[in-house]
Amino acid sequence: MAAETQYALASIFGAGLQDMLHHTPHAKRLGMQVVETGPGFAVVTLPYAPELVGDPSRGVVFGGVITTLLDQTAGLAIACAMAELRPIATVDLRVDYLRAADPGNALFARVDCTKVTRAVAFVHGVAWEHRRDEPFANCLGTFMIGANPVMSPGLKKLAEAQAQAERERAQEVDS
Amino acid sequence: MNELLDAIPYARFLGASIDRNAEGFDLVLPFREEIVGNATLPAIHGGVLGAFLELTALLRLIDESGSTTVPKPINFSVDYLRSAGPKDCRARAEIFKLGRRIANVRVVAWQDDSTKPVAAGYGKFLV
Repeated sequence: MAAETQYALASIFGAGLQDMLHHTPHAKRLGMQVVETGPGFAVVTLPYAPELVGDPSRGVVFGGVITTLLDQTAGLAIACAMAELRPIATVDLRVDYLRAADPGNALFARVDCTKVTRAVAFVHGVAWEHRRDEPFANCLGTFMIGANPVMSPGLKKLAEAQAQAERERAQEVDS
Repeated sequence: MNELLDAIPYARFLGASIDRNAEGFDLVLPFREEIVGNATLPAIHGGVLGAFLELTALLRLIDESGSTTVPKPINFSVDYLRSAGPKDCRARAEIFKLGRRIANVRVVAWQDDSTKPVAAGYGKFLV
């Protein structure tokens, strides 16, 4: 059990958080869904939509949309790396566009948080449409921890889901 | 330029518009609830700000080079300097190297006060 207690969100790791990003208005608008979370990582998907195209001659999604997906996934990955949830804010994010994403496909991103200190979190990630080992983008980012005075609604919902999962687990133990 | 903006679906999605001036142009991003990232503050989503900066860089490059195709981004880096509140944003890009193959573009975005930028970007594009 010791391994579980080092992550604030350990009880909700897995594939059960699909709609968790709907507390972030822009993520909800784009239809982002959580695919998987685990210790220090998150996988998020974004459905293809014609309105997100940046190069009409090729039908390719605008690069900045991939930045949005990676930024959102990074925030979740950092929450999944924390021992205690604290406000998260992007300091910088760099995205390499390795190739154009194949038009018409849902996009996926996985971000890993390699380190969380008291003030800063470090992440790297990839985005793909078919296979994770054939990404069209990769990213490197840093985030500030505890700079905002309050947690975002999205982070609060994660904390509530975690508390709920712990209550359910306690009831199972009792019965 | 406005025709070009109309031809890019994501630019229409953002509702971005061009404001011409002596030095070139500013791109304007109108605020709306749908682009909020953190509803408590509230603040514009970091990804939207990054995309807005990248779009400004791209349009500046097309404007400068007279290109008829959309340049391909190689990479784009964003520094987030302040939280962007529920107001319109403006961004201005500067090309500091237009090479035969690669263009280097710097962009800055602000809200009320151009001396208090909310985000700065740096991108490289294949031309």
